[in-house]
Amino acid sequence: MSIVELSRWQFAITTVYHFLFVPVSIGMAGIVAGFQTAWYRTRNPQWMRLTRFFGKIMLLSFAVGVVTGIVQEFQFGMNWAGYSRYVGSVFGAPLAVEALAAFFIESTFLGIWIFGYKRLSEGWHLATIWLAAVGSAMSAYFILAANSWMQHPVGYAINPTTGRAEMTSFWKMLTNSTVFFAFPHTVLGAFATAAFIILGISAWYLIRHREIEMFKRSAKAMVAVAVLATFATLIVGHFNGQLMTRQEPMKMAAAEALYDTSQPAGFSLIAVAPFEQHPPRTSFDITIPHTLSLLATNSWNGKVQGINQLQAAAVAKYGPGNYEPIIGVTYWTFRLMVGAGTLMVLFMLWGVWLWWRGRLERAKWFLKLALPAMALPFIANATGWIFTEMGRQPWVVYGLLLTQNAVSPSITAFDVWVSIVIFTVLYGVLGAIAVWLTVRIVKTGPPPEVDEAGQTVEPNLHVAY
Amino acid sequence: MHGLWNLQTLWFVLVCVLWVGFMFLEGFDFGVGMLLQLVGKNPEERRAVIHSIGPVWDGNEVWLLTAGGATFAAFPNWYASMFSGFYLALLLVLLGLIIRGVSFEFWGKVESSRWRGVWEWAMAVGSFLPALLVGVAFANIIRGVSLDVHGNYTGSFFDLLNPYALLGGVTTLLLCIAHGASFLQLKTFDPVRARAAAIGRIAGPLAALAVIGFVIWTLADASTISVGLWIAAIVAMGAVAAAAGLAAVGRSGWAFISGGLGIAAVVATWFFALYPNVMVDSNGSAYNLTVFNAASNHYTLVVMTVTALILVPIVLIYQIWTYYVFRQRVGRSGPTESAPPTTGAGV
Ligand code: HDD
Ligand code: HEM
Ligand code: HEM
Repeated sequence: MSIVELSRWQFAITTVYHFLFVPVSIGMAGIVAGFQTAWYRTRNPQWMRLTRFFGKIMLLSFAVGVVTGIVQEFQFGMNWAGYSRYVGSVFGAPLAVEALAAFFIESTFLGIWIFGYKRLSEGWHLATIWLAAVGSAMSAYFILAANSWMQHPVGYAINPTTGRAEMTSFWKMLTNSTVFFAFPHTVLGAFATAAFIILGISAWYLIRHREIEMFKRSAKAMVAVAVLATFATLIVGHFNGQLMTRQEPMKMAAAEALYDTSQPAGFSLIAVAPFEQHPPRTSFDITIPHTLSLLATNSWNGKVQGINQLQAAAVAKYGPGNYEPIIGVTYWTFRLMVGAGTLMVLFMLWGVWLWWRGRLERAKWFLKLALPAMALPFIANATGWIFTEMGRQPWVVYGLLLTQNAVSPSITAFDVWVSIVIFTVLYGVLGAIAVWLTVRIVKTGPPPEVDEAGQTVEPNLHVAY
Repeated sequence: MHGLWNLQTLWFVLVCVLWVGFMFLEGFDFGVGMLLQLVGKNPEERRAVIHSIGPVWDGNEVWLLTAGGATFAAFPNWYASMFSGFYLALLLVLLGLIIRGVSFEFWGKVESSRWRGVWEWAMAVGSFLPALLVGVAFANIIRGVSLDVHGNYTGSFFDLLNPYALLGGVTTLLLCIAHGASFLQLKTFDPVRARAAAIGRIAGPLAALAVIGFVIWTLADASTISVGLWIAAIVAMGAVAAAAGLAAVGRSGWAFISGGLGIAAVVATWFFALYPNVMVDSNGSAYNLTVFNAASNHYTLVVMTVTALILVPIVLIYQIWTYYVFRQRVGRSGPTESAPPTTGAGV
């Protein structure tokens, strides 16, 4: 494998891994803050026990999210020196501001939250978890603004002497239309992810008739959060797709494996074909007529551009070359994300119906399925990113810089092999430990309400290490 | 051509400030991590040691992330050359930071001495690697590494392991250990405090020797010595020597402050020795990266300056507040699980 390919694999492995934990941290921080607020308001000890119990699990996710994030911060320089030189003046700024404005808040106030119970008044202590939650959402905004610039560069100019991109408007970069969709889509998805996890864990207890009172509470709350968050993720995703059709038409065509411009265009549900050979779409394909036109352009007979035409246009514009992403990957990752999202909404609608009928905590099948359903948001998150990033190929910055020109000239294949192996093995071990510890925490159960002497334990926070 | 008052130089200074913040704060975290098993002889004592930095270590580490991000934005060519050039060394730093970062969270989760032992080692090794390699990296940048016309590093990993750089690494390593020992004396009770004091009495003088050796070597190698470099060098040597002396007579609070000043001055020495370069080419100065040819465009530097001037003071305020909230010593009764200890002086 070439250094570019190796570096791409490494970047893909480390970021997808980082993003397994990121949405859990973002979503859980907000939800745990909600639990603690409910306790603060109602003084019902169940809410505090939920705060402590899920707070512990959240902190495990944060721990792995933080250490894998550190790698991300330095990887641009390590593997993508060409990229860093070319875009540093534009792309570095949101990264630096992310650290200054978001990471400091998130890490400092999380530290205070973990250790600060009773050192601070209850109100201040509650404020620290909210600050940590807001900090993590802010970090998402800045990093997604950076990423959106790679999908749709704005607020920059190419310097004719140095040949690099230079920022001309930070404001334009922060208000990029792309980030206005990417941010809500990602953060709502994060809340859906966390809600599915908490619901799954609550269901585990309800099935075993343990702590029914408490986990009924959390299960209902999570059905409410998840149905709203997932539904909103889908809606935003739809508009995200329309924007993408305008900004990166090749990505949309690749998502649909639409080889020739069509008017109207149908939405392909499932197709089996040797995608890379540009088959006429006959092998096997279930298509819903007009739907893609409607999704992509809001009109029944809208025109959607095809890969062949876009490729020809790109060659005319940028010179000879292959401007198509790997169609098989984009086609299937897009379908997996949308498919997982659809299942998530349907599942939660079922939950709402059961709740409506007052049977949620006794609905055996729903609770049993809530456990494997925890996988759905992870599938959607991972495939969503793989689609977004691989659909942009061969560009690393759309229309400006090719991935093959972004790699570091000074590193060797040996270097990258060493780091890939180390990261993969280490991440694998850490992930296994984090999951194992989570299972242990769940099996041990939440801290008791009443201690051995029969005294009511005051609701303090056992989340410190 | 360029006066001293320009944005590139300002950002060079700001990057230096971020490194000072990192080395000062994370310096004692690293020290505490390495000393954990030496000063804590049973699980309760070790828990106290971990809790002494528990609430703050992650916030301290963000100084490093900010230094990285600021270098990326303000000096893209420096960021690109340094991190791709020192690839394997940086990989070791990341490895250390990863195992160290999770060890805090994992350590207390299972009641088993083998399990805890694993994460105590992870904490120690994970603190050792970055504490050593930061010094190695900066010493190499000052000494010069071979660069090509685009500023790409053309040497190998082993070229980085020369005597001057190794001395630089030992210097930061010993500084972190001495700093951590002073910090522990302020934050713990006997017998942990007494053990930390004993270590401080050895580590302090060793750190002072290393700093003096490194600083003199740096001055001897420098082609020109600016006033700033003179001042930083003298402050560095004086402060660490004073810290060693203060530690010997048991004035741990002053030893901590003096040692911290020494760390800040050592970092300042690096940056004064570099200016106006950010990476020196060892094959002659033709391909040196300087604050000017490595920098971003004017607009970006202006935006970053405004942002930093607003945000850095705010960060400082709430981080200082954190240290105020957790000013008590830890250990007698857990800081979180029950009422705050009534004994124990503040820092
Ligand atoms: C949508 C959100 C999102 C995305 C796309 C990314 N991250 Fe991340 N990152 C977070 C959201 C986040 C977070 C929620 O803020 C984390 C996860 C867990 C945590 O503690 O903070 C975090 C942690 C985290 C940290 C450690 C912060 C600390 O010590 O407190 C760093 C340095 C990065 N990330 C850097 C990156 C980089 C360079 C990325 C691009 C490749 C990236 N992250 C993608
Ligand atoms: C955490 C969420 C993210 C995931 C899961 C993710 C996923 C990926 C994947 C799978 C690739 C490899 C693409 C390929 O090789 O075809 C990639 C590449 C890349 N991504 Fe992302 N990405 C994420 C966020 C970001 C962000 C926020 C940025 C910028 C701030 C970014 C910048 C890059 C860069 C520079 C590359 C390397 C060049 C390339 O191979 O395309 N990514 N990412
Ligand atoms: C019907 C449902 C959905 C639609 C139509 C949809 C649409 C999209 C589109 C078009 C993109 C690409 C944006 C771009 O490249 O510019 C995207 C990216 C993404 N999707 Fe979805 N999505 C759906 C469901 C979900 C769900 C349920 C999740 C997670 C729980 C999710 C997570 C993501 C993530 C993490 C990304 C990458 C970040 C981004 O570019 O915003 N998606 N989605």
